[in-house]
Amino acid sequence: MRKISSLAFAITTAAILSACSTPVKVAEPAPVVEAPVVQAPPAAPTRTVAPVVATVVDPLDDPQGVLAKRSVYFDFNSYVVRDDGKAVVQNHSDYLQKKPNRSILIQGNTDERGGAEYNLALGQKRAEAVRKAMTTLGVPESQIEAVSLGKEKPKAEGHDEAAWAENRRADIVYK
Amino acid sequence: MTTMKTLTSSLILAGLLGGALAGSAQAQIHIEISGVGNNQIPIAIASFADENLAPQQVSAIIRADLERSGAFQIMDAGTISDTADVDYNAWKARGAAAVVVGSVQQLANGSFVVRYKLLDTVKQAKISQLDVMTAPQYPRVSAHKIADDIYLKLTGVRGAFDTRIAYVTEENRKFKLKVADADGENIQEALSSPEPIISPSWSPDGTKVAYVSFEQRKPVVYVQNLITRARVVVANEKGSNSAPSWSPDGSKLAVALSKDGHTQVYVVNADGGGLHRVSNSAGIDTEPQWSADGQSIYFSSDRSGGPQIYRMGANGGDAQRVTFSGNYNISPRISSDGKTLAYISQRDGKFQLYVLDLASSQETRLSDTTNDQSPSFSPNGKYIMYATQAGQRKSLAVVSVDGRVKQRLTAQAGNIKEPTWGPFMQ
Repeated sequence: MRKISSLAFAITTAAILSACSTPVKVAEPAPVVEAPVVQAPPAAPTRTVAPVVATVVDPLDDPQGVLAKRSVYFDFNSYVVRDDGKAVVQNHSDYLQKKPNRSILIQGNTDERGGAEYNLALGQKRAEAVRKAMTTLGVPESQIEAVSLGKEKPKAEGHDEAAWAENRRADIVYK
Repeated sequence: MTTMKTLTSSLILAGLLGGALAGSAQAQIHIEISGVGNNQIPIAIASFADENLAPQQVSAIIRADLERSGAFQIMDAGTISDTADVDYNAWKARGAAAVVVGSVQQLANGSFVVRYKLLDTVKQAKISQLDVMTAPQYPRVSAHKIADDIYLKLTGVRGAFDTRIAYVTEENRKFKLKVADADGENIQEALSSPEPIISPSWSPDGTKVAYVSFEQRKPVVYVQNLITRARVVVANEKGSNSAPSWSPDGSKLAVALSKDGHTQVYVVNADGGGLHRVSNSAGIDTEPQWSADGQSIYFSSDRSGGPQIYRMGANGGDAQRVTFSGNYNISPRISSDGKTLAYISQRDGKFQLYVLDLASSQETRLSDTTNDQSPSFSPNGKYIMYATQAGQRKSLAVVSVDGRVKQRLTAQAGNIKEPTWGPFMQ
C-alpha cells in the first residue's frame, strides 16, 4: 500500500508539472488530504446604498412635549379658563391649526356634588369655555366638539376637596 | 328558595312591631321599612290553599306589598281557601276590618290560576274577588295584581304594586341598566356597558326605556325596546345629549342638548325625527319633564343665578318660575294629577328630597339623608322613589308623599342609582 501511494503521488506531481498537457490515467484515485481552509471575510458592500426614511415626529406623540398636557382645570363653581390652563389651550390651538385634518373632543367634568343632569350641564359649560377660547385663537369649529361627562367619570375617586379639584376639569381628547 | 326565584327580598318592619322578620342572606336587594301610615287598615291575610304548588308564595308577596305601603296593619290568618266559609264575627272580634282568602291551582300547561276574595267583616260581605292566571314562572305577578285590587278597594287609590322600576348599577366599573318589579324582585338586565348610563325614563306604555349612554365618549340619548332589544339613537347632535322625558302620549321626547353652545330643552319625535328647540335662555335649561296632561314642561334653569325649577308650555314660550326657596333646586318631577312637584334641593350643604304643593305653595322636606337624587313618583302618585347614599354606598329609597312611610332598598354589592318608577302595566 505504501509503495502504491508514493507512486501515485509521484505521478500526480508529474502530471501537474506537465501543466496537464498529458492526461495521465490513474489506476486508483489518490487520497486527498484536505487542508483547513480559512474563509476570508466578505468584502464590505460598497456599491449598495442603504436608504434612510425621514420621519416627522408628531409633537402630539411626544410624551415630553407641551401637547402632552391636555387638561384644563377650573375653580369651584367656575366656568372660566384659569391662567394656568391658557398655555394648554394655546398649544393645542396651534397644533390644530397646523393639522386641519385632526379634530378633538373637549370633555367637561364636574365634582361629585349635586344632580347628575345638572352637573352634565355644568360640565358642558367648562367644555364650552375651552371651545370658545380655542375658536377665539382661530381653530375652526369643525375641528372641535365640546361635550360633557358631568360627574359620571371622576378621574379622582376620593370625596374630599383634593379629589373635587382634580375633577373640576376639561380634557382635550383627539379623535 | 326555588330555582325560579333569582333573589328574595327581606323585610324589616320597624316602628310597628319593634322587631325584625327574618330575611334571606341571598337577597340582592334588601328592603328596609320604617314608619307607618296614618289610619292603618287592619287586615287579615290568610295563606292561600295549595299555594305551595307555585314557586313563589303568593300570600307572602301580597302581605309584603301591603306592609310596604304603610297603609295596612297585617294580621296572620292561617290557611283559608276562597271557597271556605269565613266567620266574619270572629275576625271582627279580632280587630280585622277585612279578610283576604284564596287558593292556587296549577293547570296542565303549567300556568297558575290564583283565586282570591276580599271580605268585609263589618258589612259581612265580599268586597271583591279576582281569578288571575299567570305564566308558570310569574305567579308573583298575580300576587301584585291582587295586592293592587286590595289597595284600590280599601283605600280608593289604584295600587302600584304591579309596576316596575328601572335603575342603574355600577360595580367594578361595569354599568348596568336593570329592570325589576316595584318590590325589587325579578331583576332583569336591559343594558350592560363599560361606560356610564344615566337618566332612564319609561315610555308611557312601559315597553321602552329612554336613557343617556356614554358609550360614544359623550352623552347620547337612546330609546331601547325592552322586549325586542332594538335600540334607536334619538338624539346624537354635536355636543351633549341628555335628560330624556317622554310626552304622555309616547310620541315625543323632551331632551336637553348643547348643540347651540349651551344646554337647552328640545323636543324630538320618538324615532329621532322632528327635532326642535323649545326653551330659550342664555344659560342652562335642562331636566325637562312633561306634565301628565301634555300641556306643560317643567325644567331646571340657572337663568336667575343658581338652578331653579320653571314651567313653560310644551311648545316653549314664556317660562314661569316655580321654586323660590333655597338657591339650588333641581330634578323636577310632577305628580300624575299635576298637583305636586317633587325635586331635590340643596340647603345647608345637604341635597334632599322636597315636595311642593303647587296650589298652596306649601313645601315639605321628605328625606333626612344628605345626598339624595333622581326622584320619581309611583304611577298612583302616593310614593316617591329616589337615589340616596348609605355610607359610601349608593342605594334607593321610597317615601310616601305624606312623608310617613319610608323604605330603603340596598343592593347586595356595588352602587345602585338613577331609579325611575315605571307606569301602570298594560
